[in-house]
Amino acid sequence: MLDADFFRRWMAATAVSVDREAERLTALDSPIGDADHGSNLRRGFTAVTATLEKEAPDTPGGVLTLAGRQLISTVGGASGPLYGTLLRRTGKALGDAAEVSGEEFASALRTGVQAVMTLGGAVPGDKTMIDALVPAVDALDDSFAAARAAAEQGALATTPLQARKGRASYLGERSIGHQDPGATSSALLIAALAEAGGE
Amino acid sequence: MSDGKLVGIVLVSHSAQVAASVAELAQALAGGGTAVPVAPAGGTEGGELGTSAELIAAAATSVDRGAGVAVLTDLGSAVLTVKALLAEGDELPDGTRLVDAPFVEGAVAAVVTAATGADLAAVEAAAVEAYTYRKV
Repeated sequence: MLDADFFRRWMAATAVSVDREAERLTALDSPIGDADHGSNLRRGFTAVTATLEKEAPDTPGGVLTLAGRQLISTVGGASGPLYGTLLRRTGKALGDAAEVSGEEFASALRTGVQAVMTLGGAVPGDKTMIDALVPAVDALDDSFAAARAAAEQGALATTPLQARKGRASYLGERSIGHQDPGATSSALLIAALAEAGGE
Repeated sequence: MSDGKLVGIVLVSHSAQVAASVAELAQALAGGGTAVPVAPAGGTEGGELGTSAELIAAAATSVDRGAGVAVLTDLGSAVLTVKALLAEGDELPDGTRLVDAPFVEGAVAAVVTAATGADLAAVEAAAVEAYTYRKV
């Protein structure tokens, strides 16, 4: 079973990973975006860590809804409402249970990913975070490690795609050949999940 | 008509200057002395380019007179942040609506229409119709 402490570890591990990889995320965002993805997510997850320590929600759903709300407030770019919606909808789907099973979490995360697709209008193959998150959710029934591998593979597979959503889509064919920064940060989020689970 | 209450207009841009200038332009074109409540929500709270959920929520609250609030945005995170706030249900005043309209022309149409005392649906329709205004 997964308790609030597990979800706090997930957010903390994401914050460490995003901080470590911020320069790489921003570098990926330079040729096809506006070169702020790493710094925006670093600001967001730093705030998430601080608010989770301060308010100390005691349920899995409470941790994720608070984290999501904080991202919407602090990121300042499109990744704020997108990741914020992902975590908040996942958290709401978990309700107020003190512990949730792996299956319940996988189902809730699928709800969260669906909400992101509805919000941004992206579908798989559009060269977005969805290209890492959908394969990750599909693999989550096996293990966190399998989800991590699927997310990383999904992020790598965005390189030959042409962007159809977001600022990168204005570049048309010139977006081809660059790994998508949003898919890359989504892979970090899922990798942090495996880390929190000790896998 | 809506009981003499005016629809509020919020203008969300990545740039504080763009949001404030479009608000000024729309109010000026609506004629002097108009009482339409218009609030810009531009940039981040730190004064940088971007979108702030807090500035949007504060702007919507400040223009809410009970007749609804029409929110116009530029693009990207401005659109997504307003949609995310609306999806949460309790972040923006009741009767707040994201209006699918061109930012400058839509803002002018919305403010001019709101100044007549029109309701939210009419303000939205006027802003959306600005898409059909061809220049060539």
